[in-house]
Amino acid sequence: MTATETPAATTVLGSRLLRKEDPALLTGEGRYVDDLVVPGALWLGLVRSTVAHARVSVDVGPALDAPGVVAAFTGDDLLDAWAAPLPCAWPVTEDMKAPEHRPVAAGTACYVGDIVAVVVAESRAAARDAVEAVLVDYDELPAVVDLEEAAEDRVLVHEDLGTNRSYTWELTPDADAVERAFAEAAHTVSERYVQQRLIPAAMEPRGVVVVPAPHGGEYTVYSSTQIPHILKVMLAATTGVPEHKIRVIAPAVGGGFGSKLNVYAEEVLALALARKLGRPVRWTEERSEAAVATIQGRGQIQHIELAADAAGKVTAVRVRLLADLGAYLQLVTPGIPLLGAFLYHGVYDIPAYSFSCTGVFTTKTPTDAYRGAGRPEATYAIERAMDALAVEVGVDPAEIRRRNFIPTDAFPYSSAPGLVFDSGDYEPALARALEMVGYEELRAEQARRRESGSTAHLGVGISFYVEMCGLAPSRVLASLNFGAGGWEAATVRVLPTGMVQVVTGTSPHGQGHETSWSMIVADRLGVDPDHVEVLHSDTDVSPHGLDTYGSRSLAVGGTAVWHACEKVVAKARTIAAHQLEVAEEDLEFSGGQFQVRGSPDRAMPIQAVAFQAFLAHDLPEGMEPGLSAQVVWDPPNFTFPFGAHIAVVEVDEETGRVQLLRYVAVDDCGNQVNPLIVEGQVHGGILQGVAQALWEEAAYDGDGNLRSATLADYLVPSAAEAPSYELDHTVTPSPTNPMGVKGVGEAGTIGAAPAVMNAIVDALSPLGVTDIDMPASPHRVWSAIRAAKEAQQ
Amino acid sequence: MKVAVTVNGTKQEHEVEPRTLLVHYLREVVGLTGTNIGCDTSSCGACTVLLDGQSVKSCTVLAVQADGAEITTIEGLASDGQLHPMQEAFRQHHGLQCGYCTPGMVMAAVSLLDENPAPTEAEVREGLEGNLCRCTGYHNIVKAVLAAAEGAAS
Ligand code: FES
Ligand code: FES
Repeated sequence: MTATETPAATTVLGSRLLRKEDPALLTGEGRYVDDLVVPGALWLGLVRSTVAHARVSVDVGPALDAPGVVAAFTGDDLLDAWAAPLPCAWPVTEDMKAPEHRPVAAGTACYVGDIVAVVVAESRAAARDAVEAVLVDYDELPAVVDLEEAAEDRVLVHEDLGTNRSYTWELTPDADAVERAFAEAAHTVSERYVQQRLIPAAMEPRGVVVVPAPHGGEYTVYSSTQIPHILKVMLAATTGVPEHKIRVIAPAVGGGFGSKLNVYAEEVLALALARKLGRPVRWTEERSEAAVATIQGRGQIQHIELAADAAGKVTAVRVRLLADLGAYLQLVTPGIPLLGAFLYHGVYDIPAYSFSCTGVFTTKTPTDAYRGAGRPEATYAIERAMDALAVEVGVDPAEIRRRNFIPTDAFPYSSAPGLVFDSGDYEPALARALEMVGYEELRAEQARRRESGSTAHLGVGISFYVEMCGLAPSRVLASLNFGAGGWEAATVRVLPTGMVQVVTGTSPHGQGHETSWSMIVADRLGVDPDHVEVLHSDTDVSPHGLDTYGSRSLAVGGTAVWHACEKVVAKARTIAAHQLEVAEEDLEFSGGQFQVRGSPDRAMPIQAVAFQAFLAHDLPEGMEPGLSAQVVWDPPNFTFPFGAHIAVVEVDEETGRVQLLRYVAVDDCGNQVNPLIVEGQVHGGILQGVAQALWEEAAYDGDGNLRSATLADYLVPSAAEAPSYELDHTVTPSPTNPMGVKGVGEAGTIGAAPAVMNAIVDALSPLGVTDIDMPASPHRVWSAIRAAKEAQQ
Repeated sequence: MKVAVTVNGTKQEHEVEPRTLLVHYLREVVGLTGTNIGCDTSSCGACTVLLDGQSVKSCTVLAVQADGAEITTIEGLASDGQLHPMQEAFRQHHGLQCGYCTPGMVMAAVSLLDENPAPTEAEVREGLEGNLCRCTGYHNIVKAVLAAAEGAAS
């Protein structure tokens, strides 16, 4: 451990408490959207374009004749159902170009999967059959698939915008400094990397149920979403149903990874049609539908250049991105690359910085947040480029990193692009990872193999990431033109019997907030974690919140719970002092007891205080009855977790097959509330990053058809492919919040892809291979080996 | 068509359409929604149940094909309020996060140990190949299954 840990009041905080969520989920009691029984519900069926780009004319007549069909609509039929188009909440520049995005396209379909008509039927099966009966006539337009070609504007996705370029966003604090650094550099590297598109593939497909109460005008919306609160606001904005008449509930949600951080056509359609038809309306996505209907992640082409002095100390970084937006802007599509825009210098002290990103429309499914959202892309580029620089300078990849680390005494560190890194201590994490993996021995073994002419090439790849979590200080979001704040709300109520209810604005879907928030309360109030109930994900129960994404929940939402507990304790102290007839300063609070200093027999447990607060028979003059507190916490800064990841691979020169032999990760997310949960987040995160490196790709053909639409074609790894992970951690608390926590949900995914790809390139470097596009399939690796060999002849 | 099965020890008899899949029968007719659906290509294993003691993906079986069979779903595993040792092992080792793959994963793991009571780590990984989890990275699932095997042996 590298730093002092904030002492916890109890031993609960930091313990491996088993999750409260588990018994229900392990016994089949978890209720996901599709599990809900709703009498009389109608089912939606979406007619989706099978052509990437076409003028469509749609005839829903034949579907209306099909058995069980209640209604069917084209995009034109529904024009009056909308108060506003589907929302994009992040207009990143003043002049950003955004096409109007209707829930059902009218006139032109712009990607395979674009909704062109909707049917409503008495059963799931009838809806599915009716979809087939709708006649769609396609007048084909040319598809725009390749990102670089799209940026050239030869064929337009949206004729009326006049360009495929939605925006260019720049961040170059000092252009002269960058120019000078490159002019004076002893070494430069210039690399081009491709971030393939990925399918998030949460195991639970999306789903929505809307139950109307026609006479009261209220609507209850059950959705498989990460963002019930944001969804409520956006449903009101798109449909015109008054916000106070909408209640959104996210029941058990089977994973999200960013893909359920959105406002989807099916959600607003279900509400609009429940209003129109006066009956419950529901929809559950099918898996192969999800591949085109749910947002995809990544999709960038990155140019990164480094300038360095003779010793390999980096003096400038220059980045040019093209970001594939897809056909429309979903909720935060244009902002995703910007979440990485400030991090292309990685963990290195680089004084000159230039970043620019152009967002480009293509005739493909829209992209948006996928685990890491902008930060995996940034980390990938800088960490691959650092390896290229190590080769250029002729030093070991670990050494090039050490020479450039932001020094520990520089924190809080003001970065060239304008952030203040809260805390960091990078050397120990790297040292620990190198030690765990046995770096020296591995390099010796690698040398032996190379000498012997072995075709089983050993490779070791390092990646060292930093991310910005704890989204976010509302003022900073304002400066980025984001359409919301970054605060989080919490209420803590001590009930008359001493049990505690916590209301949180976060919306967990696998992260275990019920457990972790209970631990925070147990720590602060000195109660049993089993005596704490955490309520969430229902906008009527938890009216204030900004939901769960961007590794924000603990650092922002958990901190709100912490502060609410402090307020409860403060009020309880006043009551206890009053009843014990002592001054507040004479009370000590620990283990749930207010104890009069120096009088061991005079004490009052917090449960008794809660009962007195409920009775209100004898409270201090003017005090409101009840023991509860609400806090809305707006963080003063982001948090900056970091970590060292090392992958060890063996690459077979004959077949191109890559075997991931070992994976070591030393992460630092500040103080840990529950290491069991932290490790689980890291494991799952790593596998998603490894999967980007080795297996997954949303591959499109030249006509804009997705070639990997099913789980049979899109290679989500199973246990058989997954490595086992060797983890450790360092602890560098964040000074941004009282618990010193940082966030860990995306760390693994951010660190993993560059570690694996650096390992593969390291393995093949004697053959002259310097880059391979992801995913590094046997065919790609084999082709890269062959090309390198040919080039050397 | 008529289908008569025993689900978690209770006899069930219903008229179903011939095309009804076992998973839909269990979820929508019998009302046991613990068994989940994660795909439409029999790739994910979220729907795994035990059919006469053997694990099957219930989206690959027609309800009528199960006629006369004994079926165990995730709801039938715990008894007298006590988690089954496999469920307990998943809990102890944090082998679940969102829980969506969990019912299928647990059923597949139960059946795996039935066939091979003392598997190696590699055998566990191979044995669970048909069940996808997007959350856990499998590490703790594998640990849980090995621990359950050890617990049963001791
Ligand atoms: S639902 Fe995916 S295998 Fe059955
Ligand atoms: S726990 Fe979420 S898919 Fe396995």
